[in-house]
Parts: sequence; C-alpha cells; structure tokens
Amino acid sequence: MSQATLRIQKMSGHAGPVPGEGTQRELQVCKLIDVTTCIGCKACEVACLEWNGLPYRETMFENTYQTMPDTAWNFWNVIKFNEYERPDGSLMWLMRKDQCMHCAEPGCLAACPADAAIVQYANGVVDFQQDHCIGCGYCISGCPFNIPKFNSATKKVFKCTLCSDRISEGLEPACIKACPSGCLHFGTKDDMKELAEKRAGQLRDHFGFANAGVYDPPGVGGTGVIYVLHDATNPEEYGGLPKNPTIPWVVKLWKGPVKWLGNLAIAGGIIAVTLHYLRYGAKTVKEDNRAEGGQP
Amino acid sequence: MTNGWVDIKNTDLMLIMGGNPAENHPCGFKWALEAKRNRNAKMIVVDPRFTRTASTADLFCQIRAGADIAFLGGLIHYALENNRIAKDYLLHYTNAAFVVKDGFKLPEDGVFSGFDAKTQSYDKSSWNYATGDAAGHALKEPHAAAAAPGAPPAPPPSMPEKVAYDFTLQNPSCVYQLLRKHYSRYTPEMVARITGIPAADFVKAAEMFTSIRKDGDMKKVATVIYAVGWTHHSFGTQIIRTAAILQLLLGNVGRAGGGVNALRGHSNIQGATDMAGIFDVLPGYLKVPTPADGSFDGWMKRLTPKPAKPGQWDSFNYWSNTPKFAVSFLKALYGDAATKNNDWAYDYLPKVDRNFSWVYLWDNMYNGIVKGIFAFGMNGVAIGPDSSKNIDALKKADWLVVGEIYPDETSEFWKAPGTTAEEMKKIQTTVYRLPCAGFAEKDGSFTNSARWLQWKNAALPVPLGCRLDQAIVAQIFLKVRDLYKKEGGKFPDPILKLSWNYTDPANPSLSEVLKEINGKALADLADPKTKQEIKTGQQLPGFAWLKDDGTTACGNWIYSGSFTEAGNLTMRRGTEDPSGMGVYPNWAWSWPANRRVLYNRASCDLEGKPWDPSRRQVWWSEAAQKWAGNDVPDFKVDSAPKDHMGPFIMNPEGVGRIFAPLGAFADGPLPEFYEPMESPIDNPLHPQQTHNPVVKRFKTPADKYGSPKDGYTIVCTTYRLTEHYHYWTKNNPVNVQLVPEPFVEIPVELANDLGLRGGEKIKVSSARGEYIAKAMVTRRIKPMLIDGKKTYQIGIPIHWGYRGIAEDAGKTALKLANLLSPTVVDPNAHTPEFKGFIVKVERVQA
Repeated sequence: MSQATLRIQKMSGHAGPVPGEGTQRELQVCKLIDVTTCIGCKACEVACLEWNGLPYRETMFENTYQTMPDTAWNFWNVIKFNEYERPDGSLMWLMRKDQCMHCAEPGCLAACPADAAIVQYANGVVDFQQDHCIGCGYCISGCPFNIPKFNSATKKVFKCTLCSDRISEGLEPACIKACPSGCLHFGTKDDMKELAEKRAGQLRDHFGFANAGVYDPPGVGGTGVIYVLHDATNPEEYGGLPKNPTIPWVVKLWKGPVKWLGNLAIAGGIIAVTLHYLRYGAKTVKEDNRAEGGQP
Repeated sequence: MTNGWVDIKNTDLMLIMGGNPAENHPCGFKWALEAKRNRNAKMIVVDPRFTRTASTADLFCQIRAGADIAFLGGLIHYALENNRIAKDYLLHYTNAAFVVKDGFKLPEDGVFSGFDAKTQSYDKSSWNYATGDAAGHALKEPHAAAAAPGAPPAPPPSMPEKVAYDFTLQNPSCVYQLLRKHYSRYTPEMVARITGIPAADFVKAAEMFTSIRKDGDMKKVATVIYAVGWTHHSFGTQIIRTAAILQLLLGNVGRAGGGVNALRGHSNIQGATDMAGIFDVLPGYLKVPTPADGSFDGWMKRLTPKPAKPGQWDSFNYWSNTPKFAVSFLKALYGDAATKNNDWAYDYLPKVDRNFSWVYLWDNMYNGIVKGIFAFGMNGVAIGPDSSKNIDALKKADWLVVGEIYPDETSEFWKAPGTTAEEMKKIQTTVYRLPCAGFAEKDGSFTNSARWLQWKNAALPVPLGCRLDQAIVAQIFLKVRDLYKKEGGKFPDPILKLSWNYTDPANPSLSEVLKEINGKALADLADPKTKQEIKTGQQLPGFAWLKDDGTTACGNWIYSGSFTEAGNLTMRRGTEDPSGMGVYPNWAWSWPANRRVLYNRASCDLEGKPWDPSRRQVWWSEAAQKWAGNDVPDFKVDSAPKDHMGPFIMNPEGVGRIFAPLGAFADGPLPEFYEPMESPIDNPLHPQQTHNPVVKRFKTPADKYGSPKDGYTIVCTTYRLTEHYHYWTKNNPVNVQLVPEPFVEIPVELANDLGLRGGEKIKVSSARGEYIAKAMVTRRIKPMLIDGKKTYQIGIPIHWGYRGIAEDAGKTALKLANLLSPTVVDPNAHTPEFKGFIVKVERVQA
C-alpha cells in the first residue's frame, strides 16, 4: 500500500528518475529474527492477520505444528517448523518465521513490468501497490524466497508490507509488537546487524554453536529481514531458507541483455521506419478503398 | 513461585521440568531467555517429549512421565556424593542437623514407619524430631503407656520445643544422614532404569545442575521451574518436595535467580488459590475448621504452631499470628455479629468433615450424594479425569447451573456422543445456562504466578443479556437470604448476618470487594513504636496491624496492604527498578507486603551479607541495626544475625524442611519414588510396593484401572498447546486456524510398528475409554528403555471435545482426551493423575 510519508527510491517498470529520489536523509530499516530464541508460538502470525485485517482460513492438520505449508496471498507470515537431527544424533526443533525478506535488490521489483506496481521505499521496505498491479505474476518468478502469492479472484499479488503503514507512523511492525519471547527486533539495518553479530558471537562462544551466524544474503544485496541461525552454514534446514539466493537468471536476462536487445530492436525499428519515410514518403490511400468502408 | 517471573532473568542455571513454559507461558518465558541472552545462563529441560521449551535448551533429557522423583532423587544423590552442596546454608538454614527420633524408618521396603496396610494410612508419630537437652543431644523418650480403656484420646503429637541436633552432621539419625541413606539407592543406573534417561545423559545433567556449587562457591544460583507436569500425579506434592530439598541442599532458596517456581496455568489461578479455591482452606491459607475443633479456641490451638528448634536458635514462627488473621477474617465476614462472646461467630463457619476436593465431588455426585453443581468458569466434564464418569454423574444430579460464554461439554453433557435418544429421555437433570461475561468484559485483579495482584479494566461492555459473575452470585445470595428471612430455617444466622455492605448489593463492585479483602480498622489503632495512628474505618496499611481483639477486619491477611489509604495499589504501573534486578517495587502489588522474593534472608550469609555481592537483595545494616534492601526483607527487621533467627519464618523451626515432620504430608517425610497408579513396570526400588501406599482407588463401576497384563503397555501423557486455551478457544476461529484439529503425538518407531503415516487416524484406548484423532508422527518422542524393556510414550493435547468450530462442522471424532485419564489423586493436594497413565493404540481403518 502506498504511504504518503514514505519516500520511494525504486519503482518497477519505470523509466527515468523516481520522483523525490535522494532528496531526504533516510535510514534503512531492518527486522532481526533470532531463531535461536523463537519458540514458535505464532503470536506473529496472529498479529499479522489482525493488523492487516486478513480473513481467517480453514486449515488442515498436516503432521506438523506448522499452520500452513507456506505463505498465502492472505497469510503473509508463517513459522516453519522442522525436526532436525544433528549429525551427533541430538535433536533440534527449528522454528523460523518466514515472510518477505525486503531485499535490497528485490527480484520481484526487477521482474515487474508494470509501472510502480512494486516500489522500494527509501527506508528499504519493498511494497506492492495493488492498484498498479497487472496480475502478470512475474514478481512470483522473480522472488528467490517464494514469497509473493497470487489471488486468482482479484488477479493481484500480495505479500508482507513490513507494516509500512505502521512504520511510517513510527511504530514497529505488528509481528515485532506481538512477539513475547524477544526473538524479534526492529531498528536500523546497522543496529540490527550489530545486535545480530553480537548474538551470533555469544552462541559461538558460550553455547557451543560453532557455526552460528547471521543470514543477510549478499546475492540479493542483503535483506531488510535478517536472521541469527545456530548454523549459518546450513540455512536450508530452517524451512528451506536458500543458501545463496539471487535474482533468477530469467529475470536478469529479461531485465538485462534481453531488455537492451529489445530496446535496440525498438530503436532500430523506429530508425528503419523513419528512413523508409524519408526515402518513400507517406503512404497514400486509394479512393476505392474508402468507398468499400475501409478504415481511414 | 518463591520468586517471580522477572526474577528468572537473574539466574545462572534453569532446571525446567514438569512444565513447558515456552508453550504454556510464552510471555513469562521471555525472562528465561533474558537470562540466556544477558547472563549466558544455561537451561536444562526434562520432559516426556522434546517440547517448544526444549528447543531453546542447552540440555534435554526425555523422561518417562511420572518418573520425576527418581530423577530429582538422583540429583540429590549426585550432589551429596560430589560434595556440591551449600554447607553453611544447609547447616544453619535447613533442618539438616536436626535429629529424628528413634523408631523412624526409611522406606527401603516401600513404606515409612507407621504404615497401616488395612487403612492405607500412616501413624506419623515417629516422623518427628527427637527432644534435645541443652547440648542438643537426644533425650531418651519414655515409652508411651497403652491408653487405659475409656481414657480421653491422647493429644495429637507435636514437635519438641527443643530439638536435638548434631552440627557435625555425623549422627546417623540426623536429617542429613537420613537424606544420604535414603537417596543412596538413587544411583545413575537406578535413575536410568526408572526414568528411561541413559545413565550417561543423567550424569551430564546432574553435573551441569550441580556445577553452580562447585567447590562450595556460593555466588551462582540455579532455579527450578515447574508446572502441572509435576502436580498431575498420585505423588505430585512429593515431586515438588524433592525439588525443594534439592534447592535447599544447594542453597538456592530465597535468592534472586533461585527458588522453586510454580508456573500457574491460568491468569488468576494463583488468586483463586489465595482466595480459598481449595475446599479445606479459607482465604490466606487458614485451614478450614473441622467438627473435632469444637470451638474457636480448639481451632486456633490446632492451627497455631509453637516454635520447635535447637535451644540457642531463634524462630519468628510467623504463623503464631494465626488468631489475628482468623479473628480479622471473621470480622470481615460477619462484622458486628462476630464478638468475643460468640467465639467471633466461629459457629457460622462451615466445618469440613470429609474430602470435598474435585474428584471426590464428582465421585459423590456419581454415588447420588451430591445433588447439584454450580459450574462457573470451568468445563467440568472436559476437565475430567475420566470424563465419562463425570457425564454419568451429571445424569444423576438433580440440577446443574452453568455460567459460561459458550455452550460447552458440561452444559450439554446430556448430548455427549454415544447418548441414545432413549437414554436422553431418562436424564432428569435440570440444566440452567447463565450467559456470563468474558475476561475482557470484567474488571478486577489477576494474581499471577509471581504473586503480583494486577488490576485490569474492562475493555468491552458486557453483552446484552449477559451478567458479571459477581452479579450472578450476589443475586442468588440475596434471593437465598430473602428466603431465610421469610421462612426461617434450621440455622439462618450464617446467611442473615453475613456482611453485605456494597453500594450496589446486587452487583458489588470489585474494588469494594478488594477494599474489604485488604481490611480496615474497626477502632482507633496506634503503633507504640512508630507512633503511627490509624483511625476507625481507615484502610489497613498491611497485615502487621491485624489484631485478635476484634478491632480489625480483613478478608485475606496475605492481601492486606493491597488497597490502603493510598488507594488501590494493584493499579500501580511504576516501571522504575533502582536495583536493576527486576524488583519493580512500584509495579502492581505483590503478596506478602509487596515482597518479590520470599525467604530473602537466606540470600545472605550468617553475618547478613549477600552470598553474591552483585545480586544484593537484602542485607543487615549494622548502622541502622536492621535489615534493609532492594526488596522488602522477609524477616523480623530488627533481628540481628547474632540472634540466629531462621530465615524460613513460616516454619516453626525457622529453617527449611528437608525432613517434613509429622502431619505435613500424608505419604512421607521424605519423598520416595512410586510408580503412577497405572504403570508399565513394577517399581524397581521395591516391586512389592509399586504405588504410593496411601493412594486409594475409587470404587464405582466407572473406576477401572488398566495394567500391562491387559495389553496397556504404552505410557500416555496429556498437555496443552500454546495455540489454544483450555476447552474454549476451539470456539474462536483464529485459534482454530492455528491448530485446527485434535492430534496424538507418537514416536516414528511406534508409527512404523503400526504401519501408520502422519495425518492418519489413530485410536488410543485406556481401561476407561477411547480417543480418536490424527497421528502426529514425530522424532520428538523416542522409544525408551524402562527397566530393560523397550517402552513407548505418547502424548495428547487436550483441547477438543464435542462442541466447537471443528466439532460442530463434523470434522473431529468428538472425543475428550480425559475419557482416557484415571480417577486417581495425589493424597496431599488431591490433584488427579492426568499424566503417566497407560494405554494401547491401534490404527483406525479409514
């Protein structure tokens, strides 16, 4: 949803400069999720539904505590549960809050052909503007985290907004507010990064997690949602968190070489047409065609 | 809790056992995580399954449900063998040095001395301290002569005023040596046989837990955190006793970050307990009189203890004030009608002549003795145990009044699944359903696990046609009073003379009720020491002002101080915390006397200096000649350390009880491991005495008990989920969305044996009933080796029944988990054994 007080820095499908770009000092916002202290209580799931007024849905028990297999167009925040046996035989019950990662280089925005249907605010939040969305679904294929979801009734795509309506008013996102365990934090990217590294260091030094680390994948330019993991070398175990997420090559090709080839083709066409006109002049329409009711 | 939720952040080590706070107390659990984040505190979780709490633990041990005393006894054994104990604390703040009298016998054969197999009860006279001479040596006691026929019965035995002791702890009859001997049988190998925790894993846990007392250093502190996973057993009280002994042994009680901490399951269950939610206590834990008490003086004689301690020590013996609490309570109940001449209206109080606790109540209804029941704020049928017995009991009742916000299993017991139309016609019970207000529609105070009374405002108006609980109760009372006024009756005085001075008698305001509970002066009072004066009618500043001469009224002595002349202190929301230890002295109000950590005198050494200078709670101020602190001292403030007053001021001994003398507990002065009433094996400690010897089976046709011989070989436990609240969020779409259907958690290996895949239906049967739900096949419960036998354990979340969103839509099997659980209770607290009964399982063909 568009927020008047949030300044846009990137727009999908938009040629030329973004209005107001670079005119204000902005801090990058960031959500920190410490999965090592997440208890999977789902308060964040409920807060997300309540704040965003999303409807309750019928679910099925599927041999897991997880509410749904994945996010949905009207369910933007789901905790993924995984019973993981470590090589030494000890068990871990991993719980990871899954939602839009708010990438610095968003694959969805890159893939989107509609003017300003996906925007990135200057604070880093990636937001969908459904009134500009043409329902092509390219954003879905552009996302390396499988987050945007299509509503077949409205032909629009939806996902977590990082509660851009709340943060534009100086409030934390609803999930952060609801979290009882203190595993969710919200602040500037720099502060969150520092806190995350500190916690990862504590896990390495005092709790025996030699591979503890921070998940802030460089393949998408870093993310506006970062994780502390017990084992940062093994993010896939946390409900399929990709190891090295990047914008899919199709989107890169589409928005890179193919786009320029296309531009070249269009420019070539225009030049060809112009040359044709200069050489042959305007096309004339014969009188009898008009009499037959042809188009002028 | 001896301590409080916030105080957990001060700990160095947590043993979380018999509770799953991440699941059931997610908001409070943040303080456990704070301790990990801020102090690098370690967490040991012991549970029948790998829980949400276990997912944040540093060490997890999977225990067989009901084997807790074996585990904790093993820890005591380990601490003693490895000298990981708090020597000074033990010697001076517990009864370790007290000598127990001759004739006391430990239960090597399964029973303590004094057991009468016929009545299944104990003569506890040998569970007592020996009388000491001036040097502490035990005096020879004359043998009691057989009572002459017709002579009046001998007075009940009491503790000696001067207790025999041995500060070298060498006397074989001293508590310390008895403790050693008693738990010498709880070796890691024995612990493994009983609990299913491999001996090496147990030793790892024991090493970690006792590491805080390495080399006798007293700085570090460990806490023990538990919930109904410990109370739901036929020996639940003794599990908690074992933990208390362990904590005394390690010197962890009274200290910030320590203690024995019960997590209460509902927002106000602590308040319910404080305000006489139990049949045999009055508000503030005054014991209800029995017919044998005879008079007010007889009642007070039974309730008011005398100090019992080594001669040179001092004991505050705070319960010596019992008459002040009792008279003030009767003045609050009956006002001017309670006078010295009429024994403070003692005769108006009901006397308890039998066990009226939960399970007995339903048993009596089943047997046609109890004719009706008011069911408010609870779903008696679903709560169980043995729900079908409760349903059958209601069929026999004359009437049932249900105050609820949803139609539930109790208010619709007559259409429980399986009831035929013919049977329904025969049910003659009249059911009154009263629509009540929900929690957000009421004001009043909640008392949380940390003993904080916190006021809350109503968030929403009461819906049309619904009424507040207090209005319903008040209006029933006024009708009954009118009837007594009109028609008289055998004994109308207790009803007619009851104080009912509320602005709106038909709908008393809860702040008026809290004012009444806090108490007021009925005459001008003055404190000769401080010269403070209180005028007639003024609110009392605290229980220290209570009198036994009728000049004060107080509804519950431990709540006195919550609503003073300064106003309703439970409304306070001050966030200042000068010590940084999470005391928050101006946040709400905690009983007693706004004290946050109980027995905090024990946080200091003998000289009154904190064991850990970085966590200063209270200390002796030499300059002021009194106790001062960041918390309110739980002690006689001017008792200098040299007087050697014991820190456990509520015990007549003044010290913590490792050995609990005389009638303190029904089943033994030291906790012994017994098998649950239904168990897969005989007790490896004493196979001839498998169960708690004083636990009795119930005898109606509904009371069936299973054994492995009948094929019930799987251990089953029941519990709750964070996504649901008891039996009523099944009516709330958002909770139903999070966990939509009932399920049964079973080990992967058991599923393979059954050829069952996750999500397929499973039938669980006990001797009493069956339960059908989808199976959750999990690696979080592993098969165990119990006494050499491979044993499976399964778990059932309890939240479903036959009314609710999924139920009404025909999406569940309409079963209650408590159709399975047995009618067996703990002999002290009378809590049913919802955990650790035995079942068999089978696949349900689709």
